[in-house]
Amino acid sequence: MAAVDLAQQDERGRRPSGRRMKATQAFIESLLAEGVEVIFGYPGGAVLPIYDALYDAKIRHVLVRHEQGAAHMADGYARATGKPGVVLATSGPGATNLVTGLATAWMDSIPLVAFTGNVARSAIGTDAFQEADITGITLPITKHNFLVRRAEDLPRVIKEAFHIATTGRPGPVLVDLPKDVTTEEINFSYPETVDLPGYRPTIKGHVKQILEAARAIAAAKRPVLYIGGGVIASGAHKEVLALAEKASLPTTFTLMGIGGFPGDHPLSLGMLGMHGTVYANYAVNECDLLIAVGARFDDRVTGDLRRFAPHAKVIHIDIDPAEIGKNVQADIPIVGDAKAVLSVLVEKVREKREQEWLDTIEAWKREYPLTYEEKPGVIAPQRVIQEIYEVTRGEAICTADVGQHQMWLAQYYIFREPRRHISSGGLGSMGFGFPAAIGAALGRPDLQVWSITGDGGFQMTAQELATVRKYNLPVKIAIINNGYLGMVRQWQELLYQRRYSHSDLHDNPDFVKLAEAYGIPGFRCTRPEELRPLLEKAAAMDGPVLLDIHVDQEANVFPMIPAGQSVAEMIGKKGRLGT
Amino acid sequence: MKHTLSILVQNQAGVLSRVAALFTRRGYNIESIAVGPTEDPRVARMTIVVEGDSREVEQITKHVHKLIEVLKVTDLTHEDMVDRELALIKVTADSHNRSEILQIVDIFRAKIVDVSEKSVIVEVTGDEGKIEAMIRLLRPHGIKELARTGRIALARGARPEPASRGVSATA
Ligand SMILES: Cc1ncc(C[n+]2csc(CCOP(=O)(O)OP(=O)(O)O)c2C)c(N)n1
Ligand SMILES: [Mg+2]
Repeated sequence: MAAVDLAQQDERGRRPSGRRMKATQAFIESLLAEGVEVIFGYPGGAVLPIYDALYDAKIRHVLVRHEQGAAHMADGYARATGKPGVVLATSGPGATNLVTGLATAWMDSIPLVAFTGNVARSAIGTDAFQEADITGITLPITKHNFLVRRAEDLPRVIKEAFHIATTGRPGPVLVDLPKDVTTEEINFSYPETVDLPGYRPTIKGHVKQILEAARAIAAAKRPVLYIGGGVIASGAHKEVLALAEKASLPTTFTLMGIGGFPGDHPLSLGMLGMHGTVYANYAVNECDLLIAVGARFDDRVTGDLRRFAPHAKVIHIDIDPAEIGKNVQADIPIVGDAKAVLSVLVEKVREKREQEWLDTIEAWKREYPLTYEEKPGVIAPQRVIQEIYEVTRGEAICTADVGQHQMWLAQYYIFREPRRHISSGGLGSMGFGFPAAIGAALGRPDLQVWSITGDGGFQMTAQELATVRKYNLPVKIAIINNGYLGMVRQWQELLYQRRYSHSDLHDNPDFVKLAEAYGIPGFRCTRPEELRPLLEKAAAMDGPVLLDIHVDQEANVFPMIPAGQSVAEMIGKKGRLGT
Repeated sequence: MKHTLSILVQNQAGVLSRVAALFTRRGYNIESIAVGPTEDPRVARMTIVVEGDSREVEQITKHVHKLIEVLKVTDLTHEDMVDRELALIKVTADSHNRSEILQIVDIFRAKIVDVSEKSVIVEVTGDEGKIEAMIRLLRPHGIKELARTGRIALARGARPEPASRGVSATA
């Protein structure tokens, strides 16, 4: 075969046809073919050819102020819309700045496609200027990654990247593009199908197993339905509701599962786990059947595994076979997509109602409602969340950062729909919430978006104030300002005899002035009576606004099951210590 | 106990490091690893020996299977299989002990592949037990250098298991 011919084949020997164009143009065309509306990015030497193509491309590019911000924005966009988020960064430091964002998306199974530039192929491995082995670095925090070695492969790789990111158990995929690959010319035609023989996620559940599950539900006296982020990813919330109602299943959710079941439904137990409700944790502790859907028995949920749900038979429904049996042995494992499995299970299950069990749970709910202490003249942080809930009628998208305020948002804002509560669950990345809100605001311009953040975490990505200003995005930033790394302080109070080692933030900047420096209106609120009017004012404003809300500095998140323990060691069951 | 995993992967750059890194990341220790092409040049077979109970090994098997380029994972441990390793052993051999070494080599159906005045290199193929026994018997003579491959293995019998199953043919 002639050498010329060889060069025109891709690595699988296919001879491509299509229009001749620059690889950078093919990059843009490929993204358009994937339906990409927005890219979050930051330029640099290795991606200059791509940025040149973006100059007049029919695709929106959002210029961030730090690549970590770009990754979290794309993540927030993906969580809010269900569509994959797209990121673009340069080689070396640009690529490494994505790492926290990719790891965050990886831990929470969020579909992202990140493109990074790299040095020219001939320079790879030479420690060239701004070279980083980003495919090596991101190996453990991506679902898959690619280093594109031939320009002709680019459309196929992009097709595969989006396919892998969005199907099965979703996750981030990184595509590394050596600079000289992007400057070649190729014959462009976007593939219609993917050919990935090693990648075939199981969607449909095994019917025999589903029937077995239906029988177990029929036999159970004290069943509990426990849902996680997989329900959101799969869009299975309607099926969850149908199943819960048909079999009268008390339903609890993980932090990632919030919104997968209406929080105000009579069957809702609220969140379970370390900072879950007393009644959710009691119910799981007492149940004789635990039906886990798209949840992974994370240690923040189970505490001491040996004492978790000690009386329960376990049905575990998950699209990822590796999750089944990882932490808890399943009696009835079902591998498949939550929506596909539940839609069959709902049909097979018989209507039933275990009144005694429901009464027991009602009694727990009456005895141990979620509650908190309020000191006169001081704003309780929990009240801030409740009032934001009221002001937004429970319809806003709320992103959390990480810490106490994150748990209060999960506890006191009642979410009725999926994709409205956005939180970094698995990695717990401070700095996530505010950029995630920016991404959400771009993805859902029809909804109000609130960034509920801590005074600590906000400062990790506060530079994105420039981004909300530039694009005039109506993000309401509510800093729950307790003057502390509150969650750290809480652990130090409870576990380290109040030795507040390096958790004090009393030298915080003036957040109102900071907002103003970026041209964003900012307001401070220190007294309880100022709170409601300010929240209402903020809700009514167009464009970004920052609220610096000074709250009780020593409020704690309760109830709490200390790490590695079980229900028996739960503290703060009545919203304060000593009960 | 030790498990022998046979893993068919797409023969592409970087697959070995993906698979090996996964074992380390999930807290498993690889005892040996052997990689080479199969009858289908697009497919490579990795044979990995790993320590763990059945539950642990099933868990890592599922994780490996999730890698995009992995086509098939089989735990051959409880299957009827043939497994082999190869060792090259350089032993001190002079006029005093040379005949004794030759005897051992003969019994094990091994081979002498290099001879010098003071040493010989023995090539031995077999399962782990045989190689261990050989080493034990040669050790008193003075092993100067030793090189061993990882284990390779195939299931016995006619059960068709072509490497390329699942890889669609592209013209
Ligand atoms: C990047 C990062 N660094 C450190 C931590 C550990 N950490 C968890 S919560 C927390 C305190 C957060 O403080 P703040 O943002 O003020 O929120 P608060 O708990 O006060 O509501 C810290 C330091 C983390 N989760 N992420
Ligand atoms: Mg704080």
